Amino acid sequence: MLKFIVMRLLWMIPSLFAVSFLAFVLIQLPPGDFVTTYIATLASSNEVVDQNTAAQLRERFGLDQPMLVQYLKWIWGIVTSGDFGISFEWQQPVSGLIWERMALTLVLAVASLLATWAIALPIGVYSAVKKYSIGDYAFTAFTFFGLSIPSFLLALVLMYVAAVEFGQDVGGLFSPEYETASWSIGKMLDLLAHLWLPVAILAVSSTASLIRVMRANMLDELPKPYVTTARAKGLSEFRLLTKYPLRIALNPFISTIAWLLPNLISGSVVVAIVLNLPTAAPLLLQSLMAQDMYLAGAFVLLICALTLIGSLISDILLALVDPRIRLE
Amino acid sequence: MTDILTITPRKPLLEVKNLVTEFPLRTGIFKAVDDLSFSIEPGKTLCVVGESGSGKSVTARSILQIIDAPGRIASGSIVLNRQDGTSLDLAKLDPRGRAIRSVRGRDIAMIFQEPMSSLSPVHTVGDQITEVLRLHLNMSKAEARKEAISLLRQVEIPNPDKAIDRYAFQYSGGMRQRAMIAMALACKPQLLIADEPTTALDVTTQAEILDLISRLQKAHGMAVLFITHDMGVVAQIADDVLVMHHGVAKEYGPVDEIFHSPQDPYTRMLIGSVLKLEQKAEIRLARPPLDTSAEPILDIRGLSMQFGDMKALDEVSISLLPGETLGIVGESGSGKTTMGRSIMRLYDPSAGEIRYRRADGKTIDLARIDGAELKAARRELRMVFQDPFGSLNPRMTVSQVIGEPLLVNGIAKGKELDERVCHLMEQVGLDPATRERYPHAFSGGQRQRIGIARAITLNPRVIVADEATSALDVSVRFQVLDLLMRLQDQLGLAYIFISHDIGVIRYMCDRVGVMYRGKLVEVGEADKVCNAPDHAYTQALISAIPRPDPRDRDRSRRFRYVEPTAASMAVITNGGAAR
Amino acid sequence: MVDVSISNIRPDRAAVASQWQLIWWAFKRHKLAMAALVVTVAMYIVALVPGFFAINDPTAQNARATFHPPQKIHFFDTSNGIEFGPHYYPMRLTRDPNTLAAIYVEDTSKKVPVTFFGRGYTYSVLGLFETDIHLLASADNARPLFLFGADRLGRDVYSRVVQGAQVSLSIGLVGVCLSLLLGIVLGGISGYYGGRIDFVMQRVIDFVLSLPTIPIWLALAAALPQGWPATLQYMMITIILSFTGWAQLARVVRGRFLSLRTEEFVAAARLDGVPESRIIFRHMLPSFSSHVIASVTLAVPAMILAETSLSFLGLGLQPPTISWGVLLREAQNIRSIATAPWLFMPGLAVVIAVMALNLLGDGLRDAADPYNK
Repeated sequence: MLKFIVMRLLWMIPSLFAVSFLAFVLIQLPPGDFVTTYIATLASSNEVVDQNTAAQLRERFGLDQPMLVQYLKWIWGIVTSGDFGISFEWQQPVSGLIWERMALTLVLAVASLLATWAIALPIGVYSAVKKYSIGDYAFTAFTFFGLSIPSFLLALVLMYVAAVEFGQDVGGLFSPEYETASWSIGKMLDLLAHLWLPVAILAVSSTASLIRVMRANMLDELPKPYVTTARAKGLSEFRLLTKYPLRIALNPFISTIAWLLPNLISGSVVVAIVLNLPTAAPLLLQSLMAQDMYLAGAFVLLICALTLIGSLISDILLALVDPRIRLE
Repeated sequence: MTDILTITPRKPLLEVKNLVTEFPLRTGIFKAVDDLSFSIEPGKTLCVVGESGSGKSVTARSILQIIDAPGRIASGSIVLNRQDGTSLDLAKLDPRGRAIRSVRGRDIAMIFQEPMSSLSPVHTVGDQITEVLRLHLNMSKAEARKEAISLLRQVEIPNPDKAIDRYAFQYSGGMRQRAMIAMALACKPQLLIADEPTTALDVTTQAEILDLISRLQKAHGMAVLFITHDMGVVAQIADDVLVMHHGVAKEYGPVDEIFHSPQDPYTRMLIGSVLKLEQKAEIRLARPPLDTSAEPILDIRGLSMQFGDMKALDEVSISLLPGETLGIVGESGSGKTTMGRSIMRLYDPSAGEIRYRRADGKTIDLARIDGAELKAARRELRMVFQDPFGSLNPRMTVSQVIGEPLLVNGIAKGKELDERVCHLMEQVGLDPATRERYPHAFSGGQRQRIGIARAITLNPRVIVADEATSALDVSVRFQVLDLLMRLQDQLGLAYIFISHDIGVIRYMCDRVGVMYRGKLVEVGEADKVCNAPDHAYTQALISAIPRPDPRDRDRSRRFRYVEPTAASMAVITNGGAAR
Repeated sequence: MVDVSISNIRPDRAAVASQWQLIWWAFKRHKLAMAALVVTVAMYIVALVPGFFAINDPTAQNARATFHPPQKIHFFDTSNGIEFGPHYYPMRLTRDPNTLAAIYVEDTSKKVPVTFFGRGYTYSVLGLFETDIHLLASADNARPLFLFGADRLGRDVYSRVVQGAQVSLSIGLVGVCLSLLLGIVLGGISGYYGGRIDFVMQRVIDFVLSLPTIPIWLALAAALPQGWPATLQYMMITIILSFTGWAQLARVVRGRFLSLRTEEFVAAARLDGVPESRIIFRHMLPSFSSHVIASVTLAVPAMILAETSLSFLGLGLQPPTISWGVLLREAQNIRSIATAPWLFMPGLAVVIAVMALNLLGDGLRDAADPYNK
């Protein structure tokens, strides 16, 4: 077990490096660099930048060096001092811009994950146990609907309904009075009051897929001989269901974190942009558009690292609850 | 039989009358059990015997109302007469209700065929035993644990106070079934239903489990309903026998009558098939003696195969004469299958030689050749697989399956291929008109014939048959064996016949090699090895085989083989894992 | 023993039924999946020749039809008795005297007939030839029919949705084909050779699967120059989508390969002297092709959703290319959807397409293995 965890942790190191390199390459991909964009922006306001200034700018930001050197410098700064470089666009250190937004991203993702589980688990079990009942058909219909509607469309429709029917603007995560305020109980409550909508939107599509997973898991387990054994012992249906097939079907369910979290984060990016939430996503989009490479790179890196950690947690959890993995 | 509780029983313990259990299918209603009646006396053993699809398992499950969906009891009664004088018709109870639940595990307990999958993989064995105790006897946790340890001790699990906290996958096959028995016996039920409890076990482990059940049965005065397809087991343990076929009772009576004066033609056929395998095949008796002076066609020397740390084959040396049938017998994990697969080079052996003498007299080492040479050798050495379902590509028609070796080796195509396929099908007793059918349209025995036809397509000289008949019902088994022997006479084949079943070996083989943990412990004439073996392991193996004669029930001659070098190992692991 | 799931087929027919026949029989029992198949086929026919199904030129702007509401087609003419005569009433643009907001009023005095297979704008059929015949055509070009209303620039939303089907539905197919190619090659290598190669490939697949796709797509898409021609852009977006989509398919292919490698019929074929290539193509491929088809069918809707999301965010396809995602950008603004909720129509098309494909894939997956049930 310990060996498993150590191996799994060791595996994180190359993964994180791979992710960081990927993030860096992605940001480097666009033709030209920030200076080109910067010059173009200035040119649109009729300012002319000569070659010299451009070269100076490049030197200041280290853009004239080979990519590998730039990458090593960047990753060295992150590992040693948490320095993610400087945002060209905002003219301030990236680390000052990202953490609160990443924290909110995490809050949104974890809240959606919990909501998804809380909804999907009982429904999945119900659907499997009452296979082909009216309830099962209703939930199946819901899952297909949930799988088919893009989350941004659902966000738009809800915004439309809120705006037209209730005359409310439901965007954002905070009321205007708390937007710039520092953290307090009031702000927390305000966050919770705003969080439900994006969480609900994200939960719809992920719940749908998870219900299907849970239902399939349970359907796999229900005809197994150990269920018959339990029945032959005289256990009541409810007790035997919860103790045996449900317990065993939970194991693959736990491993769903590994792919559910990336999905939720992916989904939250689009939803956050539509609802204009102060999470990482809108700023990421903006920085990508502006080729603000260190800022975008930091976001891509951190978001990917988040999902890697998610799959690490799910693997360890799985090993903890499943003796077949723990003891072999 | 000395029963403590037979103080002139007024009523049988369980009376089943006109039971009908049916499964509604899309095409109509399928009656898995049709108008079945029988009864079980306290302390006695009733064996329900039948081939696959006979409805014997459904019968067992009907009693506890744990039939798999969508099955249901359509009519009939199952009356349980409890010791306190109360009677209860189980067939009338709600399958999910409290009444039937209080019978399950308490009055009637059940054990199953696959002890591994019948135990939960994520709960400790102790947890699963204490659960029954707490449920029916309202024991406290500590009491239940103490009782569970004592139960594990009763079923002879070593170190019960440690074993109780282990998981099923940490047990060996025999130990798992012991744990299942401990669980079933927890509430001292009056009836134990055992649904093929030893089918997945090796024969030596089976003997021990059967002994254990019978000892506990006597100690508790418990009745046993034993479901099996093995007539040998029936002969050894039954008081009464119920023979089933296609859901219907064919014959029902005391065990001695069933075996020694069967009335029903089906029973007679069943007993006849079993007795056939108790001796040499008639075909072989008619053959002239084998020329033992001939050069061996296959000469295996020091063959070893290593899988990681495990030595699956350990310096095996054996030879095969032209036209000979060499049996390889052993329990699961003995390395017999590895040996067959190594000869065919489905595995690459780690050391040793497999010298094959070609028709032109040249000898090649099969362990070393590759490419075209191996391909050429594989035309002369062919294989018949165990699983008649898995070894045929379900997506190819029978004519494609049988014709493929001819096609890919460039021997025949088009019309000629078709004619060859038809001829081959006739040779193995299949109707050539069915050649455009897919394997799913054939029964197990027919599929094995298809596999044999494929094996003989290229005019081979040696056929390795790996458990070729163990997936078949006993009535089909000897037919396939007879076919193999007829083909041997027609085509001059030599067989390496791998089997766990001594009966099949005795019926079929000239010589036999006995394998135990990767080693060949004994080689000799089949008659000699099967009747008077030299090696202690073989003696133990032979002694464990249940004789299909209720008049020959001497358990005292049975003993367990303990390997002299690693004596402790053999005791702890308690027989092989599930096959 | 019933090991073929088709128990309601006559045994003599089942005996000679190939894998595909068995799958088809199993699939046919799945009513919802059959319906989904019909819808899917219909949608792809529309995507093949969108011009035929469109009414108005999807790119034509009409300043007099800004946010023109949807119109109904009346199929029966009741002016003298009831007779079949499809027509619609044109709408007149008036302005609210106070706010000057546009108000469209149905003008029931004028009847514009609608003809089937009539003539309209000229379009090209897959670049092969040009024609101007449409399924539905309005008799009066000056007063066009807006089935789903019009957008900000007075373009016909219905015709644009129909036109968008071509890009949106094909991008899913093309993207999945690319993914499949990568997935089969990489997954096949991994599963066929096993051992160290498999181990490395497995880690790579796990890694790719644990990445959140949208941020990566965004970053990749942001790298595309804005000024590229539409077809190049289309190709690049499909490549970007398949960049992460292959891993799932590779995993399916690998799993199937691994389990097939140990099947006895494969070992038997090897002993029959069947060459490796024939083992792969004659024995293994047919055994998992049905599973792969099912997985692919389930991957197409994911691709469609991905394209829609990317284009919606402005990092996917760019106007003037018409795709459902591009069309939905018109609905980004809460004010425009409040005045013209019919801008959601492309979204409805997405939902229907994705749902049909999901149901179809689901039915295929259930029917994919007619043996071992």
